[in-house]
Amino acid sequence: MRLIIMNNPAEVAEWAAKYVMKRINDFKPRSNKYFVLGLPTGGTPLGMYKNLIEYVKAGKLSFKYVKTFNMDEYVNLERNHPESYHYYMWNNFFKHIDINPENVHILNGNAENLTIECQNYEKLIEEAGGVELFIGGIGPDGHIAFNEPGSSLVSRTRLKTLAQDTLEANARFFNNDMNKVPKQALTVGVGTVMDAREVLILITGASKAYALYKAIEEGVNHMWTVSAFQQHSNTIMVCDEDATLELKVKTVKYFKGLSKLHNQLIEEYVV
Amino acid sequence: MTLKQFYNCRILRNHELVDDHLWVRNGRIVDPEKIFFDEKILPDVKIDCNGLIVAPGFIDLQINGGYGVDFSHDIDNIEDAVSLVARKIIHNGVTSFCPTIVTSPFYVYRTILPKIQKRPGSADGAAILGVHVEGPFINPQKKGAHPEDCIREIYRGFSSVENAYGTLENIKIVTLAPELNRSGEVISELVKRHIVVSLGHSIANLKQAEEGCRNGATLITHLFNAMPGFHHRDPGLIGLLASEKIPKPIYYGIISDGIHTHPAAVRMAYKAHPDGVVLVTDAISALGLSDGQYHLGQLNIEVKGEQAMIAGTDILCGSTINLNRCVQKFKKFTNCSAAFALEAASLNPAKVLGIEKKKGTLNYGADADFIFLDDDLRVLSTWIAGEKVSSNFD
Repeated sequence: MRLIIMNNPAEVAEWAAKYVMKRINDFKPRSNKYFVLGLPTGGTPLGMYKNLIEYVKAGKLSFKYVKTFNMDEYVNLERNHPESYHYYMWNNFFKHIDINPENVHILNGNAENLTIECQNYEKLIEEAGGVELFIGGIGPDGHIAFNEPGSSLVSRTRLKTLAQDTLEANARFFNNDMNKVPKQALTVGVGTVMDAREVLILITGASKAYALYKAIEEGVNHMWTVSAFQQHSNTIMVCDEDATLELKVKTVKYFKGLSKLHNQLIEEYVV
Repeated sequence: MTLKQFYNCRILRNHELVDDHLWVRNGRIVDPEKIFFDEKILPDVKIDCNGLIVAPGFIDLQINGGYGVDFSHDIDNIEDAVSLVARKIIHNGVTSFCPTIVTSPFYVYRTILPKIQKRPGSADGAAILGVHVEGPFINPQKKGAHPEDCIREIYRGFSSVENAYGTLENIKIVTLAPELNRSGEVISELVKRHIVVSLGHSIANLKQAEEGCRNGATLITHLFNAMPGFHHRDPGLIGLLASEKIPKPIYYGIISDGIHTHPAAVRMAYKAHPDGVVLVTDAISALGLSDGQYHLGQLNIEVKGEQAMIAGTDILCGSTINLNRCVQKFKKFTNCSAAFALEAASLNPAKVLGIEKKKGTLNYGADADFIFLDDDLRVLSTWIAGEKVSSNFD
């Protein structure tokens, strides 16, 4: 696993965006060879999306031959609710770029049959040829997507009931009315993300420091689902200084010592 | 149908300029999120707006003519006259208007009112929202440039009104003086028929004005003009801006040309009651023409520079300013935001007419009537039903 330590969230956003751009451009996607990208929502990836939009506007990057699969979506929340992930993706990303809506996939939490919706999602990913690069964030409890602590590390896309902590944290987005907070969500499984050829996880802020410690320095444990990626052959975690607060000094020093190597990962072609 | 995306623009939406896209189909503004996720299609045409402001098209509630024609005088070819102005004012960013008829003999109303029909906007010109009849039920003491011999009292209540106009079908706004006998019942009857009643050409005291509002009047005609000046013991019609005895806040038309209304007066009205401002031109036949002699209804008038007066007098008789200039001047006079100045000539007049879901807004479902402006609020192009109908550059 690679751990890339940047100074602050803005640098994390820029590094991640540059990496995504380079991966897509190096892939040379075209009409018979789509780049398949897994996407997260939330506060952490927002800066990365902003950078990607700028690259598209500057003509350095195109999503014309990119297919996307989002990680999760609430159940029984109107699609245009400001907290829905459809709303998030549309307003923060898709409306600004040149992606074809046919190539955008987000789980439908209002589907008639949620089980079938989840099974189809797995099928769609498979038909697209699997995910080339899955980008994720994590929660303070180390969850990836809505794979709350205790989720199976080989889980697939499915319906999940949210933990009480998550509901309480979300209440502020729903006028502090617990009755309005969605209790369930559809989410890709840990196993679904593990199947991606490459995984990029963004972690910023002191509140995520303990989770990062669990992910890097402790063993694989379903109570910290992000720790599963220790067993993924091609995972990059990008974090800021604050997120390293619970790590050992020697761990931080080791990874920082590799920064030159890491920066080569985002070097642009000189044509 | 063609789906158009306007991008790289600052859109006037919910009282502010926001970086967003505008998607248009079938002459309406559509919600792109729905199209993206439900229909999964991309726009057929993408139009780069180069960072310009995109605002709803202007709506002029009071315009007597322009470009050499006068709606109250050119009664033989009134359709052509209205069409000419409709076609010309789109260059000023006006996408809808209310052709205005000043106090006239009854035969004039009966001849022209049936001929000025409401119609949607198109490449042929701005939409006609209905006629604004200014008079004849006004106060002769504040006749302004209206011919005194044509001014009428309301002897027989509402039947006087029907008798004067012949038909109410094409009328959208009536300006009258609320101090006239039996004006109350007339206001109620007009409002019942979805006609907006505007108070003006009047010496009403505040009490009479408030009574007019309680009967249903919602607008003041060209504030400060054709009414007594502000008096602190009886503020009259002007007092409506701060009245607490009317059912809902008043709207007021104001000619923000710096001639009919001094910049300081514009500022005072704006500070007293910002949400009520409605920019109107009150433009006459000389709009868009050079200095010379023209007509306003039954009167001869003389235009010199930006001033229009009854020939041989110093009585102002309507402006020669276009609505785009009014917006620019209003912003300069009041130092308000661009968004505010633009809404004063779009959203607010739409609200007066109760059409703010369709016109004067760029919300989803509204008519795709809009304008592109630079940062000086100069109109660069005008679009009606999603099609470009005028361009002031290239």
